[in-house]
Amino acid sequence: MNRTRIVVLGAGVVGSACARELAAGGFEVVVVDRHRPAGATTAHGEGNVLVSDKADGPELRLARLSRRLWPEVLAELDADIEWDPKGGIVVATTDAGASDLAAFAAGQRAAGVTAEPLDPADLAAAEPHLTREVAAAYHYPEDAQVQPVAAATALLSAAIEAGTTLRTGCEVTGAITRGGRITGVRTSQGDVRADAVVNAAGPWSGEVSAALGAPVDVRPRRGEVLVTTPLPPTVFHKVYDADYVGAVGSSDAALQTSAVVESTRGGTLLLGSSRRQVGFDDRMRPHVLSAIASRALRLFPGLAGVPVMRAYGGFRPYVPDHLPLIGEDPRIPGLWHSTGHEGAGIGLSVGTARVLHDLISGRAPEIDAEPFRVDRPAVLTEGGAR
Amino acid sequence: MSPRLVPGRDDRVGRNDVPVRISFDGDPVEGIDGQTIAGVLLGSGRQTWRTGVSGGARGVFCGIGVCFDCLVTVNEERDVRACRRRARDGDDVRTQSRAEDAR
Repeated sequence: MNRTRIVVLGAGVVGSACARELAAGGFEVVVVDRHRPAGATTAHGEGNVLVSDKADGPELRLARLSRRLWPEVLAELDADIEWDPKGGIVVATTDAGASDLAAFAAGQRAAGVTAEPLDPADLAAAEPHLTREVAAAYHYPEDAQVQPVAAATALLSAAIEAGTTLRTGCEVTGAITRGGRITGVRTSQGDVRADAVVNAAGPWSGEVSAALGAPVDVRPRRGEVLVTTPLPPTVFHKVYDADYVGAVGSSDAALQTSAVVESTRGGTLLLGSSRRQVGFDDRMRPHVLSAIASRALRLFPGLAGVPVMRAYGGFRPYVPDHLPLIGEDPRIPGLWHSTGHEGAGIGLSVGTARVLHDLISGRAPEIDAEPFRVDRPAVLTEGGAR
Repeated sequence: MSPRLVPGRDDRVGRNDVPVRISFDGDPVEGIDGQTIAGVLLGSGRQTWRTGVSGGARGVFCGIGVCFDCLVTVNEERDVRACRRRARDGDDVRTQSRAEDAR
């Protein structure tokens, strides 16, 4: 009776993880999604659960918490979800890149991440089809991959088992407030009463927050992935060029590509990555696909001639200072944000949910959540969303 | 219209079929010149020639080059879509699996 009711906006992996965590914590949860569960950003990535691409700092601490939680969460879910703790291999192809990578890895090691340098013989044994033109390589055994749609829907199913209500095809149009505090949301399906609201709308968080009257600066950042035909075992880890870290951390709106190559259980290879700020323009651009392919060929020259059978693209929730938002909005009490994970939302979802649950319950989270607070200059925007 | 192949001699448009012979995993298979490899295989009663990750059988699914379910190796070239490749006399068509050390 009279349990605290939390409305979670967005049924992607982050919203689903939050719903599960909050429902397990005894809250009455309603998940609202404009379309359907796991249908947008969650379905258009690679399922990264990475520590390797994060420098020592708050996001790495969130990534390490999430990496520890994933196997525990998966064990609790009643589903057979592809989870592959394959490990990552990061390679630098230039001497300058090699010294940057060595410094980056040293910082991570100091923070507790396992990052093992590979000599050429070790590297060739680990990835026999990788180019030998490598200046430095590090192995990150903690990196993993999870099938993101299966994981998100299983998280949501667990939330529903625990009493959560799901409303799909339901678009949020505004906030209902009393005395400045949020008491519900207006939707295309009528008003939904809430004691608290969690904005987990991913790249649409900017629009949703503007509709609620408390805009946060979360923008879409487009990315594309190529999928090859199924191959005999060719790539054994998540292999990527160290310049990926620079591309992730950059704020450039123009096209950036960086090679990220890995296989799936089905034998296809996923070739990424690209980053562009083009709003919600979802048109496929041949020059982007071509740039991704040529980057991948530099790492794996033997892929020349392998057919690409399809390509897909999606939008990452980008925040100008490259940190997620996990916390209460300073302008509208009761409105929480749990978004802005850019390309790391799959991996970071379960840790984010745990931190959010702690914050909503008034407990101190296991990691310092202060850096993720909503009240920071890069996040709070004047007026509406762009 | 019949869903089955009308023999050339019964076809009122006066079709004159020219046979084409390929081998499929070493077995001789005969089709009609102009058919795709998938057409020849289907015409010979073969409906599946691959296995999906789940263990399920795979063959022609879309038939228009999109799904990549009908992949075969043709004359040592891997990953050929059988539905998109016209059969040529003497083609050596082989099923492929991920277990091969083809790369």
